[in-house]
Amino acid sequence: MPNDDRIEAKFRELHSHREGALITYLTGGDPDPKAFLANSTALIEGGADIVEVGIPFSDPIADGPVIQASSMRALSQGATPKGILGLIRELSSQSPVPFVVLSYYNPILAMGLDRFLTKARESGVDGIVVPDLPVEESDEFRNVALKHNIDNIYLAAPNTSRTRLRTVLDKSKGFLYLVSLYGVTGPRDSLSPQALEAVKTVKSLARGKIPISAGFGISQPEHVSAVIQSGADGAIVGSALVRIIGNHLDDPSEVETQLKKTVQSFKEATRLRSD
Amino acid sequence: MKKHAESRTGSKPGKFGKYGGQYVPETLMEPLRALEEAYNKFSHDPSFKKELAGWLDTFAGRPTPLYLAANLTRHVGGARIYLKREDLLHGGAHKINNTLGQALLAKKMGKRRIIAETGAGQHGVATAMACAALGLGAEVYMGSEDMDRQKLNVYRMKMLGAKVHPVESGSRTLKDAINEALRDWVTNVQETYYLLGSVVGPHPYPTMVRDFQSVIGKEARKQILQADGKLPKAVVACVGGGSNSIGIFHSFLHDLDVNLYGVEAGGESLSPGQNAAPLVAGREGVLHGMMTYVLQDEAGQVQTTRSISAGLDYPGVGPEHAFLMNEGRAKYVTVSDEEALDAFKTLSQLEGIMPALESAHAISYAMKLAKSLATKDSILVNLSGRGDKDVEIIAKHIAQ
Repeated sequence: MPNDDRIEAKFRELHSHREGALITYLTGGDPDPKAFLANSTALIEGGADIVEVGIPFSDPIADGPVIQASSMRALSQGATPKGILGLIRELSSQSPVPFVVLSYYNPILAMGLDRFLTKARESGVDGIVVPDLPVEESDEFRNVALKHNIDNIYLAAPNTSRTRLRTVLDKSKGFLYLVSLYGVTGPRDSLSPQALEAVKTVKSLARGKIPISAGFGISQPEHVSAVIQSGADGAIVGSALVRIIGNHLDDPSEVETQLKKTVQSFKEATRLRSD
Repeated sequence: MKKHAESRTGSKPGKFGKYGGQYVPETLMEPLRALEEAYNKFSHDPSFKKELAGWLDTFAGRPTPLYLAANLTRHVGGARIYLKREDLLHGGAHKINNTLGQALLAKKMGKRRIIAETGAGQHGVATAMACAALGLGAEVYMGSEDMDRQKLNVYRMKMLGAKVHPVESGSRTLKDAINEALRDWVTNVQETYYLLGSVVGPHPYPTMVRDFQSVIGKEARKQILQADGKLPKAVVACVGGGSNSIGIFHSFLHDLDVNLYGVEAGGESLSPGQNAAPLVAGREGVLHGMMTYVLQDEAGQVQTTRSISAGLDYPGVGPEHAFLMNEGRAKYVTVSDEEALDAFKTLSQLEGIMPALESAHAISYAMKLAKSLATKDSILVNLSGRGDKDVEIIAKHIAQ
């Protein structure tokens, strides 16, 4: 059973070393359970600070082609929410990093809020992101998550009004997930200046009460260092990692090598320059 | 009267009991708020209402007639069967009622780029027509599987100046076209208006689309009172997303002696994957921004659907229908592919009217129901669209 508030403790620890958090995302069970465990281990060895695992869903409306394809791969291998939580349990029993689950709302509802979150807690899950559950619809979910000591991580978008931002910052636990662009998940060549502006705005509204992590389109070490230098407490990298799996489906050991190397370079970029 | 659902439950706008809501990514919360605000403003604006009524009358062809299907009535032997002839509208279906309303709203909101999803292509065609008439650019997402099934409508959309984007993700049908339209909207949110085709999706769509479609029931209620001197015993309409059915039901919600029947696609059978009947065979869940009934497996993955009628081939359903079912105000039943084909043939040959395969589901159930009622009773059926688009599919089935 994990300790409480491990996510915020992780941010505090990194902060004292002048580092941002590197949050890595993989879709659970992609491309199969065994390879997913090996790939996750490679991420942790490469230096991931927080490990985010997606529950694959048939209709992922917030995701671009890379993560859609990974969800389909996992589902075609028979992935279920229960099965993915079981895989997280294996990982969390071997590693001290905090775990975050990302799931669309329907698979959670299908299992039942209490059953899902009980099982998640037993599996070592510290936080949860539900991309299609905005704050207006999440009272019941938030209460059940609080009861099980799982941090309910809300999202903010570039067009979230200041009033809403205050609510979302107030209700979020663990960290706030800042969507840094208009669009779905997926690798991008460059990071827009607006993304960095958004980081600064949200950071100043948060007044140090809750860490801010930026995600969506963060796909190169330069993007990571840019958001961290702009004040973000963490950077979330997903599609850039999932893409490696999709590109080398016939060579699992190459995937592990590349994932580890890539994560090392991302992690390096989370260290604040002293200049 | 519009307030039936809300007033019965005391719930907030956009909720029908526990159904409906806004289960969407954060990026869509602001545009949905802006849309709701604009809709509330313009739907009460006399000049907007007048402008829309003008388009409906002179462009779409409203009001549509109410037709007593005397031959069919005699053939069945029971209650009189009246048809609300939405099939006579421009474009061949009720869809234009909604697309004109929303396209006009988009124009008032200053949006120039319209996106839409389509299954059978009827909503895509109606969107392309409304956008051409109002000088707006239209882009339509359509599953590649549906593009194969409904080639004619793909050509029609293109000729009307719309861009058609094939959708290759997931099951490559309507549900995936909605996913892709939502992804486009999240990406191009500032300049884009998402013109949803049914009473589904996040609030305010289920309410707004229902309001635009409720013109069907308003006309039909007056017409049947005039023709019959009394209200019908039952109103019957097919349910895919549920826009033509909610459109005709709404004026009768408070007439508690009028039974409302929504007919879902029974497909091959009621086994998983063999139908498109979420209210009859599905469970509560969240899909496309709404809490409703969804065809899904035990783990909450949305199931593939099956129906001879592409327009009913959808695993979810409008949240107000979920509410009406649970309240017991409307009853939801299924009609199989086979029965719908039979009804298509019967109506075509007895009345000289080829119904859309979607509407043939309603005809089939109405025939069953008429038999069980007295000859002094009447049934009102929404003939939501015409069958020209389905001729190829029907020819194939008849040949088999």
